Amino acid sequence: MSSTSKVMSAVNAVNRFVSKGDCISFGGFTVNRNPVALVHEVLRQRIGKLHVVMHSGSQVLDMLIGAGLVDLVEIAYGANGRFASTCVRFRNAVEQGVVLVEDYTNYQITLRFMAGAMGVPYLPTYSGLGSDIVKKWGLSKDLREKRRSLPNEKLIVEEDPFSKQPLVLVPAVNPDVTLLHVHQASEDGLTRIEGLTFADIEQARASKHVIISCEELVASEELRQDSWRNCFPHTLVDAVVHQPFGSHPTACYLCYDYDAEHLNQYRELAHKDEEFLEYLETHVYRVENFDDYLELIGKEKLEGLRASQELGYRARGSFG
Amino acid sequence: MNHEYSSTEMMAIACSRRIKNDDIVFCGTGLPLLAAVTAKMTHAPHCVIFFETGAMDPALLEIPLTVADPRVMYKASYNGGLADSFSYMQNRRSGSSVLGILSGAQIDIYGNINSTLIGVYDNPVVRLPGSGGACDVATSVSRTFIFMKHEKRRFVEHVDYCTSPGWIVGDESRRELGLPGGGPDTVITSLGVLSFENKTKKMYLNRYYEFTSIEEVQDNTGFSLDVSQAKVEVRPTPNELKILREKVDPLNLILE
Repeated sequence: MSSTSKVMSAVNAVNRFVSKGDCISFGGFTVNRNPVALVHEVLRQRIGKLHVVMHSGSQVLDMLIGAGLVDLVEIAYGANGRFASTCVRFRNAVEQGVVLVEDYTNYQITLRFMAGAMGVPYLPTYSGLGSDIVKKWGLSKDLREKRRSLPNEKLIVEEDPFSKQPLVLVPAVNPDVTLLHVHQASEDGLTRIEGLTFADIEQARASKHVIISCEELVASEELRQDSWRNCFPHTLVDAVVHQPFGSHPTACYLCYDYDAEHLNQYRELAHKDEEFLEYLETHVYRVENFDDYLELIGKEKLEGLRASQELGYRARGSFG
Repeated sequence: MNHEYSSTEMMAIACSRRIKNDDIVFCGTGLPLLAAVTAKMTHAPHCVIFFETGAMDPALLEIPLTVADPRVMYKASYNGGLADSFSYMQNRRSGSSVLGILSGAQIDIYGNINSTLIGVYDNPVVRLPGSGGACDVATSVSRTFIFMKHEKRRFVEHVDYCTSPGWIVGDESRRELGLPGGGPDTVITSLGVLSFENKTKKMYLNRYYEFTSIEEVQDNTGFSLDVSQAKVEVRPTPNELKILREKVDPLNLILE
């Protein structure tokens, strides 16, 4: 590796670029491309007091909340489609008042990242007009003053200076760090995503630090051949971690499908504190790294999730 | 084939019938998606289905279980991101052809929906997922359909939290607040199909199913409904049932 290489282990990447109390964001969406390997490392290093900003959070957010590492969440959606009508640890934590939550919409959260990426203080939208999302606040003014990563107002309804019609102003967010799992990356930090990008690109652009884990580590030369397919400038990336199956049990389009059995089991065990803690012990705390976790899941299971190159997922008929 | 049908099947089919050939349908997963795919396989082959994650018009060979399921990406005309799908809806040129299909935990007479929590915001009894893209859709698109389980605790005088704005307090209130989209059009429930009165924007009973009655609908609604125009919804045809069961959800992932 050359001296400019950003390639490092997940241990080092998380140790260097994620700190206690950080404002953190995760790429992917519900069952797709969650940065699971990187989040396992955050869990193992017990980096707590996190402020999570998230559009539609699921697996990684739920684990971090369940492990007690999250103080507050600004979020649009805390569920996982058919796999969890509401994420279980998220729901419990909010109902018990263990985690503070501020509700936004998916578009508002996207605009918050986009404003952060653009370097402007806010972006306008109509989303939120007439709703309680504008009227009801989960986080107090007092807390907003204390926590530097929070905007001093949740949302502001203001008159459009051009048309004189009402608009909702959505404050920018600039996370301390964003974790993404992508298809390909190079040692100098070029990244490539196949299929839907969700808000990954806006999130990375808005953040002070970016950690990438990738299915495949490829030569920079190769990614420069058709550079218009790359996500953002390599200069934005701080660390590159090579981790095949790095978003298991969530999917990675064209590589592998989500692990439906694992996600269903997780939802059931998440209802019971003891079983949930046992899951963290066996799958995260007691394994040294993500490869050991994958070994625990089993080669046969993982091979059974591999996507058809034609479809991009695993045809349901072809399961066991 | 068994011509008996479930309430769930009736809901999917009642919704499917109301989707037009030139609609661009914003869909979540579950029943709304079954309805849209059924429409596409019957009377509305040209309707376009898209998802908030940014996938437009995919070939849905298998039913996706979330809107980020890789199945929404296969042979899509465009795979973008959240910013693409939401600006598509907010933009008046593209957004005005969009039909959004939503669902919720509570709804009031003006079609305002709650999918955030039961109880008070600071101290909820039940925490639900939250808006996701629902509020954005309710704000921007030209018309919305809403799926609901028809129960008294869900059809309430006042929703505990207004996640997705409907007709607000009726009459011109929605427009006066500056909401650009058209507002709720139809509510499809386990007991019938409800519409909104043109001027007052109050929900009324439009259709009930042959296995329900006007009395049953009113008994399960927490506010007084105008039922004077209610007729029976035509039962699912053999062809509709066949398509829904054998083509749309053959593995019974949603219908079960």
